[in-house]
Amino acid sequence: MKHTNKNQIKQDHWQTKTSGGNLVDKLHAYRDLHAHALFSSLGRLVASPFTSVLTIVVLAIAISLASGFYILVANLQQLTGNLEASNQISLFLKDETSNAKANSLADSIRRNPSVQNVKLITKEQALEEFQAYSGFGEAVKALEKNPLPFVIQVFPKNSLENEQEIETLLGNLKQETEVDFAQIDMKWVARLQSIMEVARRGVTSLSLLLGVGVLFVTGNTIRLELHNRRDEVVIAKLVGATDGFIQRPFLYSGFWMGFLSGVAAWFIVTITMLVLKQPVEKLSGLYDGAFHILFLGFMDTLTLLAISSMLGIAGSWIVLHFQLQRLKPE
Amino acid sequence: MHCLSKTKTAMLKFDNVSMRYPEVGDVLRNVSFHLQHGEMAFLTGHSGAGKSTLLRLIPVIERCSRGQVLLDGQNLNKAKNRQIPYIRRKVGLIFQDYKLLQDRTVFDNVALPLVIAGYGHNEISRRVRASLDKVGLLGKEKKFPFVLSGGEQQRVGIARAVVNKPPMILADEPTGNLDPELSAEIMHLFEQFQQVGVTVLIATHDISLITQMNHRVLKLDHGQLIAS
Repeated sequence: MKHTNKNQIKQDHWQTKTSGGNLVDKLHAYRDLHAHALFSSLGRLVASPFTSVLTIVVLAIAISLASGFYILVANLQQLTGNLEASNQISLFLKDETSNAKANSLADSIRRNPSVQNVKLITKEQALEEFQAYSGFGEAVKALEKNPLPFVIQVFPKNSLENEQEIETLLGNLKQETEVDFAQIDMKWVARLQSIMEVARRGVTSLSLLLGVGVLFVTGNTIRLELHNRRDEVVIAKLVGATDGFIQRPFLYSGFWMGFLSGVAAWFIVTITMLVLKQPVEKLSGLYDGAFHILFLGFMDTLTLLAISSMLGIAGSWIVLHFQLQRLKPE
Repeated sequence: MHCLSKTKTAMLKFDNVSMRYPEVGDVLRNVSFHLQHGEMAFLTGHSGAGKSTLLRLIPVIERCSRGQVLLDGQNLNKAKNRQIPYIRRKVGLIFQDYKLLQDRTVFDNVALPLVIAGYGHNEISRRVRASLDKVGLLGKEKKFPFVLSGGEQQRVGIARAVVNKPPMILADEPTGNLDPELSAEIMHLFEQFQQVGVTVLIATHDISLITQMNHRVLKLDHGQLIAS
């Protein structure tokens, strides 16, 4: 018993020596661990350039597809955004209609209680406008006769609210003898907007799919890395490493893969947009410069990098979560 | 009450421990013993007697099927998974095949438990040197394990096991790959740790070595403890 007590005292002495290192030291050590994991994981990517480049290119293509479609939709939206969402009715009058008849029709319509305003576009005005904006100015001059009809633009009251009413008004206006053809302009705007909505949804689901792809590709890469460093992981576990400690460098690897793929994707998208820029601006010039190509802005770029980094980390985390539980020492 | 205080003084306590693998049946049968703080003991028996299995229960590499294992008063069967790393930090493990990282220097190998425990730079450097000094390898910090002899590699393994100053050291056939002279040196090292209060349990079938040293011997035969 005496022997045990003596040992006990020595034991305590041995033990007190273990609890060295103050809080500041530990915080510094923690910071150093993260810094070390951050740079050593980058170092490992650089150390096996072939594998890293393969993975990053695959990820970058997936990410650039998603962000490329996003910027495409943003550009198209810019186009439709310029269109007024009014539901005006355009009445195209018959070719033989005279100036006077057109005017009187416009006046009569103006008196309709459900109409807010009426605008008459004469044949001449229409031609001028067409010459100015269509890009076919010279061709139009060559025409002997003005082919354009009178147009009466009708702006109904409480415009958007009651579609039924507008339909009734349209039906009435169609009855007028001078009217050749009547349409609610809102319809094609609405159609275009629903096409845009389809495109947006399509791009969103495609992006989700590509994101899942990125998740799996990083996950698989991390799985291989974990496999290659199995001995290290097992030894670390045996000497008391927490899962957090073991995961850290792998999560940083995932981060780097995601981040670098994001950077590569940014270049892919931006270079593609630069290639498209000239023809698009030429096209836009033909349409009175209504359209300017949009690039990935500052916030878009930040979002792109953040999302790709997050996907990298998440992909690694999922794999580590399942693999580390299965990895038993020995 | 008396029983409780008794479990508290024991560093390691096996209480009717049985271990059954579905494929091979019982590997340990009703094993009961305890080691006091600062006690040194050999665990011996023929191959397949259950030595390694018994050792694996202590750092919770596996959990026993029946009975209970208490380490420093803590019931290992009830330990949650997230507690296991902290249990392992109390036990310095030494292996027959050393389990060193071949692509890291001796310093980095020995420093690993300290890095894991979150020690600062200076502290790590000081302790690693102290630990290497103790096993007689000071000055070899920058060498890689593969340039060292077997005996030296095992010393690195021992330095790593004790660098964190654990209250207990477990060694599984630590001299299995070494000649008798080196083996005796390694055993002498273990005695030195015991003398500063570390509990030491060494699994070995090297009977001649055991008889030279005057320590407690736990003998396993087909999973049963036949001498203690």
